[in-house]
This record gives sequence, C-alpha cells and structure tokens, in this order.
Amino acid sequence: MKDILILGGGTAGTMMANKLSSAVNSQEWKIRVVDKDPLHYYQPGFLFIPFGIYEPGDVIRQKREFLPGKVEFLLSEVLEIKPEENSVLLKEGSVLSYDILVIATGAQVVPEETEGLKEELWYKDIFDFYTYEGSTRLAEKLRTWEGGKLVINLSESVIKCPVAPLEFSFLADAYFTQKGMRDKVEITYVTPLSGAFTKPRATRMLNSLLGEKNIKVVPDFYVHRVDNERKVLVSYDEKEVPFDLLVTIPVNKGSDLIGNSNMGDEDGLNFVPTDKHTLQSKKAQNIFVVGDATNVPTSKAGSVAHFEAEILTENILSYIQGLPMEGKFDGHSNCFIETGYGKAVLIDFNYATEPLPGKFPFPLVGPLGLLKVTRANHWGKLAFRWVYWHLLLTGKKLPVSTHMSMAGKQVEEKEVTV
Amino acid sequence: METSVNAPVLSTNEEGYLRNYKEWTEQWASDVALRYGIVLTEKHWEVLRWLRRKQEEGVALTIRKVANSGLADIKQFYQLFPGGPLKISSKISGIPKPVSCI
Repeated sequence: MKDILILGGGTAGTMMANKLSSAVNSQEWKIRVVDKDPLHYYQPGFLFIPFGIYEPGDVIRQKREFLPGKVEFLLSEVLEIKPEENSVLLKEGSVLSYDILVIATGAQVVPEETEGLKEELWYKDIFDFYTYEGSTRLAEKLRTWEGGKLVINLSESVIKCPVAPLEFSFLADAYFTQKGMRDKVEITYVTPLSGAFTKPRATRMLNSLLGEKNIKVVPDFYVHRVDNERKVLVSYDEKEVPFDLLVTIPVNKGSDLIGNSNMGDEDGLNFVPTDKHTLQSKKAQNIFVVGDATNVPTSKAGSVAHFEAEILTENILSYIQGLPMEGKFDGHSNCFIETGYGKAVLIDFNYATEPLPGKFPFPLVGPLGLLKVTRANHWGKLAFRWVYWHLLLTGKKLPVSTHMSMAGKQVEEKEVTV
Repeated sequence: METSVNAPVLSTNEEGYLRNYKEWTEQWASDVALRYGIVLTEKHWEVLRWLRRKQEEGVALTIRKVANSGLADIKQFYQLFPGGPLKISSKISGIPKPVSCI
C-alpha cells in the first residue's frame, strides 16, 4: 500500500482529496489528510459578515463532512516536512511517511508583521475581516459606529482574494448610504499597488467605480507602521494617512510549517516555490503544491485552487504511472467583485491575458457579464456559496473550463451601445 | 522611446524599461538614475547587481525579497530609490518592470 498525504483540509486540500480518491486505485493507494483545525470556513463569506449580510453560521462546517469516507482525516498539527526522508513530523512526536505529498496549507493573515497593528487599538478601532473573529468583531463595531475616517489598507500586494478589499469598500459605501450616514463617513482605499488592481483594463474600470462611489484611493503606499496614539498609518517613505476606523488586510503568509521546514520562497513569506504550470514543488519531485500555499503568480483564490486541482490530479496520475506531466496550469482565475446595491462585476483572466469585457461562461448569452456591473453577477456570487459546499469541495465538474477561454470576450477596446 | 542626453541610445519600452537587459551598461544606469535625482553609490550598485543576478536566475522580484537579501531593509531600500524602490531600481538595473502577482 502506498501513501498520498495531503497537508491541509481547506478548499484546495479537500478538493484534492475528493478528486484523487476517485481517480487512484484504492487497493494500491491510501489517502490521508492532516489538519489542525476541525472546522472548514467558507472564506468568501467573511466579506459579508461585517455588513450583516451573512450570519456566522452561514460560513462554518466540519471539515470531515466534505471528505470521502475512504480518506483518513487526522486532526493534528504538522511541525516539519522532511523531503529527504519522505515524511512529516507531527506535534505529538509521531512521523507520517508518504510516497506523494500534496501541500495545501493555505495562507493566513499575520498582523504581527506590521508594527503597531496588533496593539492597543486592535479590535477597538483596527479590524481585519479575513478571519472569522475579525469579521464578526467588525460587524459589532459597524453596528454602532458613528462615522469618521474609514481607511481600508492592504499591507502587502500578495494577498488572498485580492479583490476582497475593493468589495469591502464598495459594500461599506452601500451600507452607510442605506443607514443614512454616508455623509458622515469618509472612505479611503490605501494600497501598495499603483492603482486599484494590477491589470490595466480592470484597474480603469474599478478606478472609475471607486470615483463614482466617492471612495478616495491612495496608491503606492507601503505601510511601515501604525501609530496607535495619533491614529495614523505611516509608510516606509514617511507618508501618513489618518484614520478613525482602520480595516486592515494584514501581511499574508504561508504556513509556519513551510518556514520551519526551510521550504519557503526567498521573500520570507512561507509560500512554496512551485512550477507554475505542473504545480510540482521545486524541492522534490514527489511533492506537489496547490491553492494559496504556492508561489505561482496568480490570485490566491478558491477559483484558482479549483482550476489547479483539476490539473494537479491529472499530473499526479501521470507521475504515478511514470509518464510526463502534461497538465499545464495557465494561471486561470475568475472572481466576482461585489459592488454594493445587489450588483457585482465578474472578471476572468490568466497568466497571459488580463480581464476583458464579454459574456461568461457561455459566449454571447452569458448569463454573466464580464468586467461589467450587473445584477446577475451578484446573484452568481451568492449562488456560489451553494456551489462551493455542494459541488466545488467534493470535486464535481462545474460548467467552467479549467483553462481560460477567449470565447465570448471582446479583445478590442470598444464601446458597445445597446 | 529612446533614451536621451548622455545615455547611450538603448531601446526601451514606453515606460522606459530596457528592452534587452544584456545591452545594459553602467553609464546608462547612472544616467537613468540621475533622471530620478539619484547619484549611484556603492550601496546602490550592490542592489542593482543583485537584481540583475536574480533576474538571470529567473526569480520574480518583490520588495521583501530585496529586504531579505540582507543588502538593504525596506526602509533603506526606500531611501536608496525614493518613490517606488522596486520599480525604479528595476528600471535602472535594466531588468523588466516587476510584475505584481494578482
């Protein structure tokens, strides 16, 4: 009997367990998943909690529920990966060996990386919404907040779900408008990037949306520290942004386990150097990496993990048979961007192609509109929670191709009149 | 766009990044730096050479990677290349504009 060991039972790890379990011969291969937390969080739902759109109960399930019966689930913390010995060390001191290792340990926010962030104002006037605790605490704060300067700040450019901070800003605009207090709230979006997003056409579109909603953008601001006494953000080049309420997206890092195993990238953020097409680790041939844990240059997002899982399953099967790995991940990512008032934008892109306008997933008919604010996109986003729990995690096929498709996209920039 | 004044005429893209990093010369780098008001010191050169070496190794660069190299922490990197340290130092060192991953 040979072993496939999956580290992490989040979105990517769960999808891999489901896909591999139906793809490999169960007489020959045993699949195990190790995770230190029994709970599975629907992370896209954290965005809605501060505004009371989702209740905490909407986003939590048991991890075990989404794993096939024949997959063994171990509730334990992995301390170290030992690639030379094909084994991992567990907190209890026991050792698990593997023939194939899949690293799906994700990314997490680390407010401790920024001086002054997690100090006296933490969960008083400074909140994150990328954690269950942060989003629920922020919901309480917003209910009674009387207004002032609301600042949304990205500490780093590599963060999971890179559009979520924009969505937060749009939803905040709608939330305060609906409460009849938008005139008492000044919303400022402070980012280390040169604009709202990295890809030019989406940035233009999003910048104009931010303008319409009277959300100020402070670009090229790389936060160094937070002055708790004066309530200002200070950048590395000594620029300052004052706040009354700071919603931070702290530095995102891969698991400490990666750092402890000396397997992280050179930036010290604990993301694993990974071949961006095959998803094989650069450290060892029998180690593969999927989801937020990789250092591949695309979004850290559930949709990416889903497309990667398709490719990686194919490649692991080839690896088992000693065949060349033909699966080539193209960096495909798509995400809904909530813009408030029951509307959303949808973007679809990959390593080589920036988000373009058009229709999705079916050319001309859609029903979803790309790079455009529509009601259908908002319903798509809300329906996605059902898709996530019922289809995505358990590895069912979705009507979306793994490789990005150009069908239905408008390559030339042109105005469409209706 | 062609570079001007003292610099040898090298082909750059519309944002001023060198098209072929092999054509790079120290003189060209000094001239480009001057346009940003930077007089290159030994510390600058160490960073520029490191960036070029990483580019050859195929490493996607970030500010944190520079900071972790031990050459300059983030604060010093900003002092060396004020404004946008990674973008400016990449341009001066003749390597392509860093790609923000998203």
